[in-house]
Amino acid sequence: MTTDAAIHRKLGLTDDEADRIVEMMGREPSEAELLMFSLMWSEHCSYKHSRPLLRAFPSTGDGVLQGPGENAGVVDVGDGWAVAFKIESHNHPSAVEPFQGAATGVGGIVRDIMAMGARPVALLNSLRFGELTSPRSRYLFTRAVEGIGHYGNCIGVPTVGGEVGFDDCYEESCLVNAMCVGLVRHDGMLRAAASGPGNALVLIGNRTGRDGIGGASILASAELDDDEDKRPSVQVGDPFTERKLMDCCLDLAARGLLVALQDLGAAGLTSAASEMAARGEVGLDIDLDLIPLREQGMSAGEILVSESQERMLAVVEPSRVAALVEVCTHWQLDATVIGTVTDTGSFVARMGGRVEADIPAAFLTDDAPVYGVPLVAAPAPVAIDLASLPEPTDLAAAWRSLLARPNIASKRSVYEQYDQLVGAGTLRRPGSAGAAVVRIPGTGRALAITTDGAERHCQLDPRGGGASVVFEAARNLACTGARPLAITNCLNFANPEKGSTGWRLAEVIAGMSEACTALGIPVVSGNVSLYNESVTRAIHPTPVVGMVGLVDETATVGIGFQEDGDVIIHVGSPAARLDASEWLGDARGAPPRPDIPVETATVRALLQATGLGLVRSAHDISAGGFGVALAESAIAGYLGAHVEVDGGRRADEALFGEGGGRALLTCRPRDCRDVLDAIEANGTVATVIGTVTGDRLQIRVGETNIELALADAREAWSNGLDRSWAP
Amino acid sequence: MTGPDQIAVIRFPGTLDHESALRAAEETGARAYFAWHADTDLPPGTTAVVLPGGFSYGDHLRPGAIASRAPIMNAIRRLAGDGGPVLGICNGFQVLCEAGLLPGVLRPNRTLRFICRQAELEVGDAETRWTGGRSRGEGISIPIKHHDGAWFGDPTDGRVVLRYLGENPNGSVDQVAGIANRDGNVMGLMPHPEEACDVLLGSADGVALFQGLLAA
Repeated sequence: MTTDAAIHRKLGLTDDEADRIVEMMGREPSEAELLMFSLMWSEHCSYKHSRPLLRAFPSTGDGVLQGPGENAGVVDVGDGWAVAFKIESHNHPSAVEPFQGAATGVGGIVRDIMAMGARPVALLNSLRFGELTSPRSRYLFTRAVEGIGHYGNCIGVPTVGGEVGFDDCYEESCLVNAMCVGLVRHDGMLRAAASGPGNALVLIGNRTGRDGIGGASILASAELDDDEDKRPSVQVGDPFTERKLMDCCLDLAARGLLVALQDLGAAGLTSAASEMAARGEVGLDIDLDLIPLREQGMSAGEILVSESQERMLAVVEPSRVAALVEVCTHWQLDATVIGTVTDTGSFVARMGGRVEADIPAAFLTDDAPVYGVPLVAAPAPVAIDLASLPEPTDLAAAWRSLLARPNIASKRSVYEQYDQLVGAGTLRRPGSAGAAVVRIPGTGRALAITTDGAERHCQLDPRGGGASVVFEAARNLACTGARPLAITNCLNFANPEKGSTGWRLAEVIAGMSEACTALGIPVVSGNVSLYNESVTRAIHPTPVVGMVGLVDETATVGIGFQEDGDVIIHVGSPAARLDASEWLGDARGAPPRPDIPVETATVRALLQATGLGLVRSAHDISAGGFGVALAESAIAGYLGAHVEVDGGRRADEALFGEGGGRALLTCRPRDCRDVLDAIEANGTVATVIGTVTGDRLQIRVGETNIELALADAREAWSNGLDRSWAP
Repeated sequence: MTGPDQIAVIRFPGTLDHESALRAAEETGARAYFAWHADTDLPPGTTAVVLPGGFSYGDHLRPGAIASRAPIMNAIRRLAGDGGPVLGICNGFQVLCEAGLLPGVLRPNRTLRFICRQAELEVGDAETRWTGGRSRGEGISIPIKHHDGAWFGDPTDGRVVLRYLGENPNGSVDQVAGIANRDGNVMGLMPHPEEACDVLLGSADGVALFQGLLAA
């Protein structure tokens, strides 16, 4: 036993972990060292409960230039260009202080992309909150959106896409995941491995203060109970400095002044320095007295783990330090030599001439403990007896009410708060296509990007749900005309040590891996956020997939109908079910498990069809089912439709059921045969169901006729979100 | 004016739209380059100036307030005084108002929210160099994206070149989206023409504003 059990427990370390530290070090750790271990061995930094499971992800492939393990994954996109991208959670800080929590979430992921030497070109996000009838959820939602907008708008990186969902399970554990995508020349890629003993360590950017002390261990790695006490652990963002930092780092990289670059995120300097040292198998000697501070009287431990924002750590050859400082001064940024690279393998920090910490860097990183999680299978889901669900008497009214639900309705009031356009490269804006599309300058090609989740499905059938998230993202890209390249992911889960959460985590990873392998898409980066759980509620398993693809810039396809008389084609089998659907509005039942070969073929079929250049609109069928996809295409295109579909078991299931890997395409009548052939060549079912026409939505489902004026559909869908929380 | 058109695109710390503004300026056939806020002179031969959008100095104090006192502003004032064309876009518009080169001020949007959307505009004054020969009332489609875009002032102090058509997104006086000085050579607008110079981006109507930078 360590002598002071109270301290390590307060820091979030178990008694076993404290004993292990003493054993590894061969002595009692200093106060600063114990603080450093507590941060680096936290779930947030070490992935100690998820690391073994994450190995299941396929992470290699032809185009992969950098897989998991660096600040971001990097994939080749041709012409000497590569795309760097990653998604990361900032859930716990956002639950405590939504504006700054969400803003600094954006700031952190942007610096991860900068650390690869890449220029950030797009931001996306994935958000979950409790129902908007809850005042607290409304507050978290509106302030988090404002925080994302504030930071992204001010740094000049367009926020081009994302998703927002509402469910009571997020009432006390909201999710704020931010994704950044950057472009880098192959020969301009940076790594975050320190090398070259004698090289200088330079801290660039903001001064170091007491903000965010212990953020990774206190906030991000435990259940939240008493929010107010944790407020000082939330960092405060300064996007103006971030922008200068971005310009400066790109300038430094272009001038070849950097050996390595790393951002300071969770666990601050401790994490940045120990990871750089461990990756490069070198040591670092840091003089804490040299670090510019924002407040006086900070202890060695506080300086080492401060999460003050907008800071980067660079490794620089001594002869280039003067040139580096000159560039930083031009950008009005502090740049301070704080130490040197050594050959000892140890992270040494001194203050006032005294050694405050001396730890082999690998102890903090690679040697962090790894725990298995209990794999307790949840009961198999039981399909809903359709007869137990009342059938709506007025299907048109039901359809309209579904379009107005917060999870379905237009998110325009959200994305209009984001600068979607800065950089003049956004070819498809939010709401106009299955994925956002951002130009790769000078190549004639563009990146298509989407974020997707399917938490209700994952709650009931985590393996099927994990696969379905990947397939939905792939369909969204294929509908836009883009070939999927790779994914990043953020696994948002409850406490893995309780109940079936650990098993669900393993199952979701297995399902995602099956889908990725079948599609030939590697997982190149990711993040895990556990303990999204309070005394009253645990979140549904919420894996968020961020998928990146490639498309010719003149060949993108939107969701909106284009012309009166165009033919509407339903792609995929109508095997939809109301289980776990948005219409049901609850995680109940047994959602159809994706058939891996069938779903894979559907993605290929959609790609082949859109690749013909004849498809005029394409919309993935997912939340809200066929009825919602049809209405959204009509609303986006200002044109109605007249269609006839199979009634299946019941009209409401045919209209609003989900699952089965489906999409709606339109084309000119004369091109219909070619489009059908392209789809059927993949063994995928394609059915002509009607035409684009007029200003009404008319559906014949089996024997039932349903009709909705396009203006009424638009009115419900456009105002649903804002109206749902009007008093 | 003789000699080639040479357009300086001004960069302040926190300027964001300089690269797209530079590309749009180059596409007019002119030579274009960046000029730095801390310099006291424009590069020799400069015939026109663009102040692009962004958050100069992080919008500290008031949008444009600090940038309007930067060393480069005196050189811009001299060029404008000699009749040279000056175009301020979004934050650049705010800077020009703060510098007194354009009438009025930009106040926070009526909704107190940042707003990014395609805006439909109409030509209010067809006699300036900025609307590519379009007649009064003709439409122009250019996106807006701002938090402080509600122009407030007396429209008769200048020439209202562009007005919002239909719903006024920010609550500006007289639907003002863009206004020029009385001489017509200094122009400021909240919409972003540099993001409307390519039909693939949704509109190419912004080209006219950049052509206004060229000698007649």
